[in-house]
Amino acid sequence: MNHRVIIEPGRSEKNYWKDIWHYRELFYILSWRDIKVKYKQTVLGVLWAVLRPLLTMIVFTFVFGRVARMGEQSVVPYSIIVFAGLLPWQFFSNAITECSNSLVGNTNLITKVYFPRMIIPASSVITSFIDFFISFAILLGLFVVNGYMPPPEIFAMPLFWILAFLASFGPGLYLTALNVKYRDFRYIIPFIVQFGLFISPVGYTSAQISEKWHWLYALNPMVGVIDGFRWCIVKDAPNPLLHYPFYISLGVIFIFFWLSIYQFRKMEKNFADLI
Amino acid sequence: MSNAIIKVEGLGKQYFISRERQVGGYTALRDVISNKARNLFKTSEGNTDKEEFWALKDVSFEVNKGEAIGIIGRNGAGKSTLLKMLSRIAEPSRGRIELNGRVASLLEVGTGFHPELTGRENIFLNGAILGMTRVEIRKKFDEIVDFSGVEKFLDTPVKRYSSGMYVRLAFAVAAHLEPEILVVDEVLAVGDAEFQKKCLGKMDDVAKQHGRTVLFVSHHMSSVLQLCTRCIWLSNGTVHRNGRSKDVIVEYSQQGGDSAVTFPGKPLTSVAVNQLGDKIEILATYKVEQRVTLPSLGFVIYDVFGNPITGFNPGLFQEDLTGNYPEEGKIRIVLTSPLLLDGIYQLSVWFGLSIGHDIQAEPKCISFEIVNMTPHRQMDPTAVGFTSPVCNYTFE
Repeated sequence: MNHRVIIEPGRSEKNYWKDIWHYRELFYILSWRDIKVKYKQTVLGVLWAVLRPLLTMIVFTFVFGRVARMGEQSVVPYSIIVFAGLLPWQFFSNAITECSNSLVGNTNLITKVYFPRMIIPASSVITSFIDFFISFAILLGLFVVNGYMPPPEIFAMPLFWILAFLASFGPGLYLTALNVKYRDFRYIIPFIVQFGLFISPVGYTSAQISEKWHWLYALNPMVGVIDGFRWCIVKDAPNPLLHYPFYISLGVIFIFFWLSIYQFRKMEKNFADLI
Repeated sequence: MSNAIIKVEGLGKQYFISRERQVGGYTALRDVISNKARNLFKTSEGNTDKEEFWALKDVSFEVNKGEAIGIIGRNGAGKSTLLKMLSRIAEPSRGRIELNGRVASLLEVGTGFHPELTGRENIFLNGAILGMTRVEIRKKFDEIVDFSGVEKFLDTPVKRYSSGMYVRLAFAVAAHLEPEILVVDEVLAVGDAEFQKKCLGKMDDVAKQHGRTVLFVSHHMSSVLQLCTRCIWLSNGTVHRNGRSKDVIVEYSQQGGDSAVTFPGKPLTSVAVNQLGDKIEILATYKVEQRVTLPSLGFVIYDVFGNPITGFNPGLFQEDLTGNYPEEGKIRIVLTSPLLLDGIYQLSVWFGLSIGHDIQAEPKCISFEIVNMTPHRQMDPTAVGFTSPVCNYTFE
């Protein structure tokens, strides 16, 4: 069993993906560590993972539903419409935030041990998965409380969830690599997330955007994802796959994902020197 | 067919010491942009913003399977950089490395340890980070706990451990790695003498009995001699000597080893540290072309963890030592207190021509070993803290 590695400047690691498989246990271990540490010495512990999405949903329902009167268009309870958008959005904002700070937050590992660096941002997204599942459980609770039966499209949700992952991991990977060299990005990310909330159909639905600007609006990758989630959860929501804006979002997601992996691999060799 | 498990050819590593204004020690995008804008208006001065520094230059050597190689050299010679290259943590700028086996690196004790997690949890975390599978860790769990001696505290968060316990646990995990190539960077220097002996014994086991290849960086010549058959002496980024441990180490010690260093071309030309029984002597020579009010040599002595133990600032001198000193001379400092315990220490010096005005700083330029200075037992240095020395300055 001869494991041969040649290290040369500029040589791209042919074994990179094989190496990721070899170090696969690290995905699990690093996210296990993050989850354990997150709730240590807290009183409410895991309850926080439930309270956050729940409280946000309550506030949103009140502000956009009652105050802005946005819930009047549908027979489906407004809280469910909002939550259908909030679910992927919170996953996206958590994932991209954790991801972009992951490398800098693990400086000691990057300077002292070898393993394919992509494992770090990838495992940081796993904690957001857990929060997502908890939020999903809340959604099921909402169904029960409202006596609401979701449409059969709900079984297509895992596909859109994978899309949500790609939409957040792509930019997250790029941002975390950039953050190693230019620490400014640490400040840019919360701004992107805040701004993104307004240009994504969380508090409103895509149907409320005028046709003229729909193409520009769809450049936001989360538009396709949230529309998809809405279709899966809300009974009378339109099927986004039948209209072109979804494919614009889809295109943006894949382009970004591809670009990010390429950029990350390129910058990876210098992380230990820059961090 | 060569039996080489590691082949290094013409290895070089270049760093750029950038003179961009860096606030807080990192690059900010706005500084990069403003610097680039400034450069647009510069004339043909050329790019004066970056200075080249070759940490390693044309390093070549081979290691055969099952060999234990020591890597010695002064601080700043490039030893850690070499290990980083071999561990695939940093990329070489030139040359080539061929590795014919899996490498596990111990560049630091307790890599990845999280203070909030318990000892038990950290064993799994650290083990996984170092490359062990969960199955492997579970199998060796009892052995690891036994080696570390912290069984009673296994379920307390590591932030409550004393530094000694921390180090013992961290090393216990690392000692049970079974890689084909083991690369160790001065980590054996931590801990008390008894623990060091245990660690050295374990590494010896790994090398001799299991036939694994070991690369060992240390300032502890006796450990290197005991463990390694061959030695590579790195000096200023190049291979100065590569041969039998005994020969290389003897030559290295004769040249003052790490405990004497020269700075050709600089005002402070050399510094050397010697242990004279129960006193420590710091000898420095300087050569300048200006008036010298008071050749002041400030220093700090650090333990192997980097904790400052003692130090002195000549600014605390009374005025009656100032006067007219020759432009070329020697400074001799003899410390009678504190008495240092056995181990490796590091020295940083600052040199100035008058009080309060330093013209040269050489951080951690010297490593020196103290043996049998005091019969007292090991104490946790962080428990004692910084102490003021009693020292005697003389000038020649």
